[in-house]
Amino acid sequence: MAGSERAESTDLVATARGLSRRGLLGLAGASVAGIGLGVAGDRAALAASATPEAASASAVYPFYGRHQAGIVTPAQDRLHFAAFDVSAGTTRAQLIELLQEWTVASAAMTAGQEIGEYGAISGPYDAPPEDSGEAQGLPTAGLTITFGFGPSLFETADGVDRFGLARRRPADLTPLPHFPGDDLDVGKSDGDLCIQACSNDPQVAVHAIRNLSRIAFGRAALRWSQLGFGRTSSTSTSQATPRNLFGFKDGTANIKAEEPDVVTDQVWVSASDGPAWLAGGSYLVARRIRMTIETWDRSILSEQEAVFGRTKGAGAPLSGGTEFSEPDFALAGRADQPLIGAAAHVRLAHPAQNNGTKLLRRGYNFVDGNDELGRLKAGLFFISFQRSPAQFTSVQLNLARHDALNEYIRHVGSALFAVPAGTLDGGYVGAPLFA
Amino acid sequence: MPRVLRSARLLGVGVLGVTLLGGCVANDPAASHTALTVDSSATDCAVSANEAPAGSIRFTVTNSGDQVTEFYLLADDGLRIVGEAENIGPGLSRDLVVQLDAGSYFTACKPGMTGDGVGKAEFTATKTDAAAAVDVDLAAQIDTANSDYASYVSDQIGQLVTGTDSFAAAYRNGDDDTARGLYASTRVHWERVETIAESFGDLDPKLDLREADLEQGQEWTGWHAIEKDLWPAEAEAGFEAYSTEKRAALTQQLVADTATLHTKVQGVSFTLSQQTNGAIGLLDEVATGKVTGEEETWSHTDLWDFQANVDGARVLYDGVRSILLQTDADLAASLDTEFASLQALLDVQRVGDGFTLYSALTPAEIRALADQVNALGEPLNQLTAALVL
Repeated sequence: MAGSERAESTDLVATARGLSRRGLLGLAGASVAGIGLGVAGDRAALAASATPEAASASAVYPFYGRHQAGIVTPAQDRLHFAAFDVSAGTTRAQLIELLQEWTVASAAMTAGQEIGEYGAISGPYDAPPEDSGEAQGLPTAGLTITFGFGPSLFETADGVDRFGLARRRPADLTPLPHFPGDDLDVGKSDGDLCIQACSNDPQVAVHAIRNLSRIAFGRAALRWSQLGFGRTSSTSTSQATPRNLFGFKDGTANIKAEEPDVVTDQVWVSASDGPAWLAGGSYLVARRIRMTIETWDRSILSEQEAVFGRTKGAGAPLSGGTEFSEPDFALAGRADQPLIGAAAHVRLAHPAQNNGTKLLRRGYNFVDGNDELGRLKAGLFFISFQRSPAQFTSVQLNLARHDALNEYIRHVGSALFAVPAGTLDGGYVGAPLFA
Repeated sequence: MPRVLRSARLLGVGVLGVTLLGGCVANDPAASHTALTVDSSATDCAVSANEAPAGSIRFTVTNSGDQVTEFYLLADDGLRIVGEAENIGPGLSRDLVVQLDAGSYFTACKPGMTGDGVGKAEFTATKTDAAAAVDVDLAAQIDTANSDYASYVSDQIGQLVTGTDSFAAAYRNGDDDTARGLYASTRVHWERVETIAESFGDLDPKLDLREADLEQGQEWTGWHAIEKDLWPAEAEAGFEAYSTEKRAALTQQLVADTATLHTKVQGVSFTLSQQTNGAIGLLDEVATGKVTGEEETWSHTDLWDFQANVDGARVLYDGVRSILLQTDADLAASLDTEFASLQALLDVQRVGDGFTLYSALTPAEIRALADQVNALGEPLNQLTAALVL
């Protein structure tokens, strides 16, 4: 283990000090310092090579900071998203304890370390290992872990205030409205808590959710979860625009981390927005969007391009130019019809058609096997971060009403979460909410 | 019912229809094509070669000017359009794929889409052993197919008007048994020409919107709103039967909207590619709405719609089949087989004048129908290319 990595580990340990960790074998609190130092697999140490692949493998994003990581962080390639319901009988104190333990474990995993005192293989021989171990030998791969609180955490649908949080619920944190065409599966929607784990290695992301779920047993249980492969948006100008499963570049006009003014204006909740505990946070919208790709594949190329309003190859708007050219919605072609049609996705989703509203999109492609009719259960797991849920609602209403793409997609899952600001040294995620 | 309009598919592709007039050759999927480039600038229309072997030729047209441009391939009279690529924005490229018989042609570009165009030049398709032209007058057959289909659409909507009047009267008068009996058999006329009906954007949501497609606060009208009231046992707990006034309002609207549709389909005409792509569109309606049982949530009469969509696709196919036999007999044989197989599966489910309710189908039966829709869908996909290119 190189000295520099050891120094990083020490920093991490310092930030974690003061928290109670989940006890195992009666060792609770005995040695918080063990988190970073004692374990065998300090995966941050595996970094180092000049190739882009290795760079994405070795990327490390600090868990602690002013804002949570995993929002303006350059979108990683893989996702494991999980929504939890807090178990019946869990108290406010136990909920806080869970968040504290999640914080410690997340800080460790995002630094490339195993969780617990002894990690995956160094513990008592007669006890189950603390860390499940499938990330041994894997690089950090840019793991970020981002937490959110659903409306039901504050108040259940029938008005029960389980944790004394109802008064602190943000006015904007109400379930999203029904949009035309919504065909939502209740069991794959909503949730009290959510965790977004993103990484450039699928197993690293799964390892994170698996171990956080395990920590939660007895206090919170998985409600639904989603794997995503292939990011569908770029959140940094350093990234090329990826393609969705329709074969089109998606998210060309996304908010980028290199636009701090836009991020401040459109993504982060400001102190004046209220409530105070959410300042520096954001709102996360998740939509599970099934694509009927079999039907799409039977549609002709000119329709496919007309639906998106972009060329399928370069991703340029049909009004001309290159991928990053501004669409010219007025430019007309044959019969004075606009080259980018009235129902084209790029037109309806564009800020110019939505009072300047932008969303920071961070979605992923998914294929969850196939359905009973032999069709791939394929689609887009849409994630967006925004300063207010109203930003998503206004854009989505516009899309749900008019978007030509609706012919080929169906929204089957939906969730909204308030994402607290980043966690500071010695704190835990969402601490201001409980202060 | 469509979730949105298929108007782009139906109405946006008409230009392809004319390319057939250049003359087709036997469609050999193994044949390689000649790739040429065209630089359409403000003042010129530079083609990378002025001749190519007869057969498949692909022109990749790049617009290097600053206006929207078009590229034309003209017959030897310099007037008749053999192929064109339109609406190419500045900086964009678009491919035009054509099947050319040996002979003389002209190429030209039209930046700004007005005037006589620029860079008009001779282009020669040279004789090859492989490309033997089909020596028939296809244009007349296409005209016949087009006008036959326009008549079919008009006739179906006419029957829809008559059926809707009877259905509406029964429902308005509280004769629910009669209304239930007429529901599926009347809707058949809608479903047979569904992609055409959908192309009139404002009418489709008024007539055929599913409850799930409503937005909050939107008024629900049309067939499915009435369907729910006629099969209340399938509705959610607490559903209240409609009042007499609401029944009257819904039927009045249904009759009026159907009459409007009837007016609008008079005099419509279709290009060849609109017909072939209309057949694909109807099959897609089956794949997304009918085979999943989502169309008729309360009545479960999805197989009536299924059959009607297939009827419509079959009519479209039959209209162009004689042309296809000359251009690609293998594809015609494949389509004949797959249509027959799908019909056989549907025939098993016939009960009297109608069909088994969707809710009574076994998962295996549904799966078999879905698989056969896909089996038909793939050769149907090739129809446009086989006929139009």
